[in-house]
Amino acid sequence: MTSPAHTAPARAKKPERGSLLSRSGGLRTFVLLLPPMMWLGVAYLAALAALFITSLWGQNDFTGDIERIWTLDNYRQIWEIPVYRTIAFRTIGIAALVTVIDAVLAFPIALYMAKVASPRVRRLLVISVLMPLWASYLVKAYAWRGMFSDGGVIDWLGKPFGIQSPGYGLAATTITLAYLWLPYMILPVYAGLERVPDSLFEASGDLGAGALTTIRRVVLPMAFPAIVAGSIFTFSLSLGDFIAVTIVGGASQLIGTVVYTNVGVANNLPFAAAYATIPVVVMLVYLYAVRRTGALENL
Amino acid sequence: MTAEVTTQGLTKHFGEVHAVDDLDLEIADGEFFSMLGPSGSGKTTVLRMVAGFERPTKGRILLGDADVTDLPPYRRDVNTVFQDYAIFPHMDVIRNVEYGLRVKRVDRKERRRRAEEALATVRLEGYGGRKPSQLSGGQRQRVALARALVNRPKVLLLDEPLGALDLKLRREMQLELKQIQRDVGITFVFVTHDQEEALSMSDRVAVFQDGRVEQVATPVQLYEEPASEFVAGFVGTSNRIGAADARRLLGTPGEYAVRPERLRVVPAGASVERGELMLPGRVREVVYLGPTTHAMVELDGGATLTVSRPNAGGAEPPLEVSDRMVAVALHRNSLIALSGGTEETEETA
Repeated sequence: MTSPAHTAPARAKKPERGSLLSRSGGLRTFVLLLPPMMWLGVAYLAALAALFITSLWGQNDFTGDIERIWTLDNYRQIWEIPVYRTIAFRTIGIAALVTVIDAVLAFPIALYMAKVASPRVRRLLVISVLMPLWASYLVKAYAWRGMFSDGGVIDWLGKPFGIQSPGYGLAATTITLAYLWLPYMILPVYAGLERVPDSLFEASGDLGAGALTTIRRVVLPMAFPAIVAGSIFTFSLSLGDFIAVTIVGGASQLIGTVVYTNVGVANNLPFAAAYATIPVVVMLVYLYAVRRTGALENL
Repeated sequence: MTAEVTTQGLTKHFGEVHAVDDLDLEIADGEFFSMLGPSGSGKTTVLRMVAGFERPTKGRILLGDADVTDLPPYRRDVNTVFQDYAIFPHMDVIRNVEYGLRVKRVDRKERRRRAEEALATVRLEGYGGRKPSQLSGGQRQRVALARALVNRPKVLLLDEPLGALDLKLRREMQLELKQIQRDVGITFVFVTHDQEEALSMSDRVAVFQDGRVEQVATPVQLYEEPASEFVAGFVGTSNRIGAADARRLLGTPGEYAVRPERLRVVPAGASVERGELMLPGRVREVVYLGPTTHAMVELDGGATLTVSRPNAGGAEPPLEVSDRMVAVALHRNSLIALSGGTEETEETA
């Protein structure tokens, strides 16, 4: 008897899409973004390009002046002189080891911070993870020099257990680097784990899995992209380091120290540039390899 | 009737908040049991305590005869369908469904067979290879259901599983859930804040408010004989007739509720049936709702009653807002005595 009214309410007009992108705003966006884009384009990428170009130049053996002639000699030397090859592989190995150590240390800490700790404890932990970042990297490396020294803290603490300081060398370098870069692993893993809904943990337990099975089958696979994201930091920072190895590495050489001595002592800028290209290429290969894991969305 | 789930004096405090207060429930084997209540009424907390995600502050939980109060979730023979489904995003559908069997080390062949079977139960044959991100909300809900059912638990706990679905899909899933429950014969404990959902699916419903159960009853009892004013208001709509109005209009003490569909708007001075009261008033508002039309009638003396009339296409005059006197016809049998009503009036009601 009462016929339903067919007058559909007039649709409200959709608001204009993001006024920042609208036509008049286009210019404003451009002006706003110009300085940072200039920085990225000129100061940042251009410097990298300059590095690469320099690596393709030669050097006058007598005067030490740079000769602007295109040559692949620098790269040939890196490949043909065994010590440079060894140092490159050693550096990559140490960077990988540092990354693994950091991942193993960071995961339980991050899991505790993200899913177990009370909000108060979590805040305290975040601050204590971040705090070392406020201190100078140089000072922290020197602190570790003291720890590793003969009769230093490690010797003293380890004595009852028969543990001795490894002394200055690659082991000390690895431990120091793992210490320095640990926050760069903890923070992305913590952020990644925080995004995993609690209900997934509950669902796993509900379906019969104990805590360890849940970690292995649910938490680790889900945290993996975040761990890879952290590894990008720890791996690349370790590849490029020269301070830690200079301070606690004894006579050991890594890519960073070779670059440093070639810029300074040997004054062979083109060779230093070529050698510095190695970590860049290794990182590009690494980023390409992990692009599928979703790690790049986790940075 | 054997009790599958029993709670005895179950209590949960979160700091100062008493989420669940001294709850005694018995849920029968094979029953579709709903816990209905507004948000914050404690129904989800009860479910989470039965599942093992929350520890009770006091009281005990029994599954069958076994006391499970102190057991972790993975040692309880119950499974949960979560409100957000909690599908593992890094596994495809079949691996999600298999998960419970896998962690219990059921062998591979048996595991696959039972998982496929569970997917068939929820009508998702052939979806095993899909990623959860490729599924619609309704399909995810089915995966969550299959993942729980595949373990053949004694009790299935469902935490507002239909809340995220749109209305039409929700109606379909209501029927289907009921069908599945009948087929598998497992006890379902279903948490919802949607009274229509609870009424349409359940064998029995417990209505929660402020951490306590107001009433446990079949849907018919709940609607026809609500035990309290809260139940009368929360399950369906009802007109509340306060003590003063009751004395003036009905001539009886106590407080009452009456369902809008039990009232009729009739012309003033229409003949009165036996047991029927005529309450004169004016139609102040008319709301067209599709299957029914609601009229708000302001009675002489101030009280307003909502009257619901089915739009059955009959020859009744249309309901119109006007100053003309009409009457609301109310049969005494339709009155629901609320707490405060005396024994005597309950008998007449």
